[in-house]
Amino acid sequence: MERLEGLAKLSGAERYVDDLAVEGAWWGMTVRSPAPRGRIREVRFDPAVDWSGFVVVDHRDVPGANEVLLIEPDQPVLAADYVRHVHEPVVLLAHPSRSALRRAVRGVEVVVDPDPAYLDVSISPRSDQVQRGDDNVLKRLRIEKGDVEAALDAAWRVVEGEYRTGAQEHVYIETQGMLAWEEGGVLFVKGSLQCPFYVHKAAVRALAREADRVRIVHAPTGGGFGGKEEYPSVIALHAALLALKAGRPVKVVYDRGEDMAATTKRHPSIVRHRTGVDSDGRLVAQDIDVVLDGGAYVTLSPVVLSRGIIHAAGPYQCDHVRIVGRAILTNSPPHGAFRGFGAPQTHFANERHMDVVADAIGMDPIELRRRNLIVDGGETATGQRIRDGVDRVGILDRAVELSGWREKEVEHRRLARSDPWLRRGLGLASFHHGAGFTGGGEVALASRLDVAGLPDGRIEVRSANIEMGQGTLTIFTQLAAERLGVDPDAVVIAEADTGRVPNSGPTVASRTAMVVGGLVEAACDDLRAELGLGSEVRGDDLRRALLAWHDDHPGADLVGRAEYAPPPNVRWDEATYQGDAYAAFGWATYVAEVEVDLRTFGVRVIDFVALQDVGTLLHETLARGQVQGGVAQGVGWALMEECHWEDGAMTNAQLTNYIIPTSDDLPPIRVHFRETPWAGGPRGAKGLGELPIDGPAPAVVNAVARALGVEPREIPLTAERLMDLVDDAAASRPRSA
Amino acid sequence: MLELDFTLNGRPAALRVDPVARLLDVLRYDLGLTGTKDGCSEGECGACTVWLDGLPTDACLVPAFQVAGRDVRTIESIDPDRLRPFLASGATQCGACTPGVVMTALWIVENPDLLRSHTIRELMAGNICRCTGYDGIIEGVEAALAGRFGSPPGSA
Repeated sequence: MERLEGLAKLSGAERYVDDLAVEGAWWGMTVRSPAPRGRIREVRFDPAVDWSGFVVVDHRDVPGANEVLLIEPDQPVLAADYVRHVHEPVVLLAHPSRSALRRAVRGVEVVVDPDPAYLDVSISPRSDQVQRGDDNVLKRLRIEKGDVEAALDAAWRVVEGEYRTGAQEHVYIETQGMLAWEEGGVLFVKGSLQCPFYVHKAAVRALAREADRVRIVHAPTGGGFGGKEEYPSVIALHAALLALKAGRPVKVVYDRGEDMAATTKRHPSIVRHRTGVDSDGRLVAQDIDVVLDGGAYVTLSPVVLSRGIIHAAGPYQCDHVRIVGRAILTNSPPHGAFRGFGAPQTHFANERHMDVVADAIGMDPIELRRRNLIVDGGETATGQRIRDGVDRVGILDRAVELSGWREKEVEHRRLARSDPWLRRGLGLASFHHGAGFTGGGEVALASRLDVAGLPDGRIEVRSANIEMGQGTLTIFTQLAAERLGVDPDAVVIAEADTGRVPNSGPTVASRTAMVVGGLVEAACDDLRAELGLGSEVRGDDLRRALLAWHDDHPGADLVGRAEYAPPPNVRWDEATYQGDAYAAFGWATYVAEVEVDLRTFGVRVIDFVALQDVGTLLHETLARGQVQGGVAQGVGWALMEECHWEDGAMTNAQLTNYIIPTSDDLPPIRVHFRETPWAGGPRGAKGLGELPIDGPAPAVVNAVARALGVEPREIPLTAERLMDLVDDAAASRPRSA
Repeated sequence: MLELDFTLNGRPAALRVDPVARLLDVLRYDLGLTGTKDGCSEGECGACTVWLDGLPTDACLVPAFQVAGRDVRTIESIDPDRLRPFLASGATQCGACTPGVVMTALWIVENPDLLRSHTIRELMAGNICRCTGYDGIIEGVEAALAGRFGSPPGSA
């Protein structure tokens, strides 16, 4: 079937939150901290502005706890007397005119007595920069298997490397926004978000309301990529506070500059590897240290760190592994969820490092990976035994073959001899991504989903999982229609409204199709059982039974229910970080071909092969689109997307100088799938959304390294960074060469 | 306030606007034509692409007074049948860039001579999409061209 809401989007008919015309609604805007850290001495309102026409909200207007509740309650809804990052919200204003509001925001001055800000996690904080514990570490995690020190001592060679990645802005094309209003004593907040029940929980806490007096409603969401996982709670609370005080609907929609400067970004990282290999090129020890810059509040950093370290050793078999992870509090705006959730950072380091190891021991990088990829029956760093029937070596070999690696290597050598300026190179990355929440996370979520049989014979799926472009509406419709043998037109997906749908969990972590899709099937089965029908009853027979039931039970709700049950034999020990980290992994090898111009140090990706096994595909066009979009985002992170910082503030918070790939910056992305069905997923499917962001950066940077014979250790690998690398390499070479 | 007369989607339009209002805001908030999106407000992303006298233009960069007497076409004027190739190719995901993408794409389809000197990838580079990686969009343009002209350009 075609994307369900595709025509509405193509025709511009889809209504996002900024498109909703609401009678009598005012606009809301935010006054923010100018300083990265310090005590608020005063908030000055310019006397030249007539403030009588404005609604003004500050921390004293928060009726409940002044907390944006998520993991820890440290982040205030509005700063009371202390600020911890630039752009931290301090005061809110509402007014009918957007332009008057813009002027008024400039008329509020937050005066801060500064304290020393801590902004660089590569240097230990001075005592006057410490703000948490005695070292600003907000989360420590450790994975340990075997005896790493002994294995390193006994190794044939030990290779070390340090790798860095920068912050990345999501650049969903629809900026963040929320509309709030009160109706019949119930507060409604509708907007652009991934996790309606996260917002609900935060609103109940901060607004001190009963759960049934708050309803969070999803509006069509123009891209998320994790950026609308936690931050929407902040905007929702702001819109709600303004609406409650104004006694009328208030809409808060960020413009691009505000969205880029104030909302979350991918965590910057520093990852150090110390790797022991034997003389056959087998990994005998992996000692890995992961540091993430968490920003000024805890938000989701502990969980991002968790996923990051679990993926840090890559898809390889090694008996002695130690991974130590720290997320560190700084005075940057909080870094947050972004597609991949820590794994892209650790995969970048690991896959770049595999090439460094290969170079150091004089082995072909493909062969090094081939010798170390987990084979069925092998185990990961957390001791998870992998028995999913996926041929990981076969994926590697096939991706290399599809890329034309061997023939292109010859061409590239010829080009290097004949062309004074152009160099080409190939690079690859093998990687994996766990689908669903980590460890016991899905069990703790205990997601619930309903499938209702409506009185008119249609089927309604009631879930909290949302469409943000990835295809939830289409996949759920398709799964329900196929399970019940009805036409897709007979299936409706309920609006994700916390007042109407059960909590099927957040739309994150590559879990929607795999985990929640499974619930759609289970709830369809339960609906059939409610009707007293066997699994063979489908289509028109089912519809007749459904209509007959409603004739017998006028006005009643006919609902099939499902609740998450973990696949058998999944065990996880949160204390030791050993066990089955994820119910299922997707596996992939990506190959990039690049061309570098030595006059400009510009890098172009000229070919890209993405081969993965994510189980059975539910929808080929949607799956291919996820991969191509993820690759594009990964290429941007690798080569061009750089946040410039000054005193804790992003100085290039605009699309003019925060550069993301255009159509002309990318080649066609050649997507291939292998489909090894996974018994735990709907129709054999595994999660897919995040896997494609993990591989492009190391593949592209490895290709540049091979094209020029340099060793890049940091992304984005901008022209400036690459020029320095080439200059350094030239300077360190003997003059006679 | 300025009395503004122009042609909008083939029909005469007349309204009173702040002369320095952006065409984008006039379309979205005064006329309720919300298919044209605001992605960056600085002419970088192309989400607000409309046709001004037949040329794709970022509506966020056009002060309303400049459209007096001119021809403006927005996504709302597009026949849904013309969108089918883009639906099939996966040209839309989240949809926020999509109306702008469609306006540029259909300009290429209506002006295939552009492809004598430019590639589709070059011509689409003014419309940023964060979801698709562009392949679905490029294939949609190719399919739309093939539908209109019988065969894709260059295949003759």
